[in-house]
Amino acid sequence: MTERDPRTTIEVSNLTVRYPNGVIAVRDTSFVLDGGTITALVGINGSGKSTLFKTIMGFLKPVEGLVRLNGNSVTAGLKAGLVAYVPQSEEVDWTFPVLVQDVVMMGRYGHMGLMRRPRAEDRAAVDLALDRVGLIELKTRQIGELSGGQRKRVFLARALAQGSSIILLDEPFTGVDVKTESAIIALLRALRDEGRLILVSTHNLGSVPDFCDKVVLFNRTVLAHGPTETTFTEKNLLAAFGGTLRHIRIGGGDLHDDEDERRVTVLTDDERPVVLYGARDAEKLVTTQTRSEKAKPE
Amino acid sequence: MIEFLLEPFAYSYMARAIWVSALVGALCGCLSGYLILKGWSLMGDALSHAVVPGVAISAIIGAPLAVGAFASGLIAAGGIALLRRLTTLKEDVAIGLIFTSFFALGLLIVSLRPTSISVQTIAFGNILAISDTDALQLAAISGIAFLVIGLKWRDLMLAFFDEGQARIVGLNPWRLRLLFFALLSAASVAALQAVGAILVIAMVVTPGATAYLLTDRFGRMLVLATAMGTMSGALGAYASFFLDGATGGLIVLMQTGLFLLAFLFAPKHGRFALLRQRSADT
Repeated sequence: MTERDPRTTIEVSNLTVRYPNGVIAVRDTSFVLDGGTITALVGINGSGKSTLFKTIMGFLKPVEGLVRLNGNSVTAGLKAGLVAYVPQSEEVDWTFPVLVQDVVMMGRYGHMGLMRRPRAEDRAAVDLALDRVGLIELKTRQIGELSGGQRKRVFLARALAQGSSIILLDEPFTGVDVKTESAIIALLRALRDEGRLILVSTHNLGSVPDFCDKVVLFNRTVLAHGPTETTFTEKNLLAAFGGTLRHIRIGGGDLHDDEDERRVTVLTDDERPVVLYGARDAEKLVTTQTRSEKAKPE
Repeated sequence: MIEFLLEPFAYSYMARAIWVSALVGALCGCLSGYLILKGWSLMGDALSHAVVPGVAISAIIGAPLAVGAFASGLIAAGGIALLRRLTTLKEDVAIGLIFTSFFALGLLIVSLRPTSISVQTIAFGNILAISDTDALQLAAISGIAFLVIGLKWRDLMLAFFDEGQARIVGLNPWRLRLLFFALLSAASVAALQAVGAILVIAMVVTPGATAYLLTDRFGRMLVLATAMGTMSGALGAYASFFLDGATGGLIVLMQTGLFLLAFLFAPKHGRFALLRQRSADT
């Protein structure tokens, strides 16, 4: 069902990136991603995920190694409009006097002349993108008037309007309700099936197996890399997250009265899961070790 | 009555002051639309003070004031950027430190070598005494600046709103920022002569702030800010003929008046509109 597009690739080879203050943020990192796949870049805060993103987009220059987009340099790739980026919500100034449609139009700049005067085809692309993310009715709202989930989708629409074959998303599920999360996931799947290369940085572990074909576990360097089924394992996750991960295991006497060795394991970063267990229609909440903590309202 | 109202135009110095103030107001107003969105308002203040040594040196050696001002403005902006890069000092500290040093240097130069420019002129401006040459220089500077803005306003907007996206579509945000500071230095010099160093900050902040309350679209905001800058510049200079008051003070108060009107009565973001909306919601 998924078309692998051999022409769309990100190749990262022996990449080392250093901050201006000398700290090494990314060390000796190599991986290859293809079009027609969704890859999760998973790691703790401060693991260098953002730095890696910025290097792929050419904002930072590596001290060693290189990134190639579709076999060409990053500069050439950017010039050809290959890359679209969906920023974290915190990076955006929501009080800026721009309407939803203005933001999406910013994705069209690479298609416009020097004056950046929108043509009919640019307006059509903007409307199409807004329609696809379900925001067409809100296109003349100022961006600050949108809800958290709508805000995310504006920038997704901008990436769509840009028409790039490589789309990078930085923590797309932070502060987003479940409905928006599944809408975004559905859209990303559709984009993958069009042959695009999608790279998502996330710590929303629960959703990764849902929609990501590949996983890159990252902490300063690649810890594990490969198909989700074989890479997204307890062992690898514990290696990537160390002690920062909630690790909940239910089994033995908590779970069964017999010798059954099956057990439930829940791993989570800060998105707290609810775990239920029991006979059909008589499920009970399994209380996790954070007994004193009140559940956060969604 | 009409004769009375037209009287200022009978004096060539008044006519000149009016159109120069309008032009300066327009340019500063337009740039204020960008400046206020970045939390860089203080940068406008800093530049207007930082250009003073350049103005003083130009006056002494007889070079065009704008050139010297421009050079010292750029050196100061570079100094601020450098200080930020090489230390962990916060931006406001870097700005406060550099611009006062430049201003002090300028005052020192002026007081050591008294020329046509006095400390009084630098602090408060003297648009009524502006020479033909200076007026033409200002016109040329503004013309070029408006041409550049006309061509690049959307690129500048993107670089201000989303630096990452600007890079991704092939723009160079760093170069655009430099361009903006060049424009702002040019506007600062112009405003320095019109309202003086102390009030330049109002010229590059107030019209933008007012326009921000009036619209949610950046393009319209620029047009509104430019229009309000033009109007307050012209009217302020005009009114100073009758009131015999300081031109700079009148221009700035006119802008403050417009801001207060917008603050209260703006259709969507004004106080009354917000109160009405709140009571409609409950």
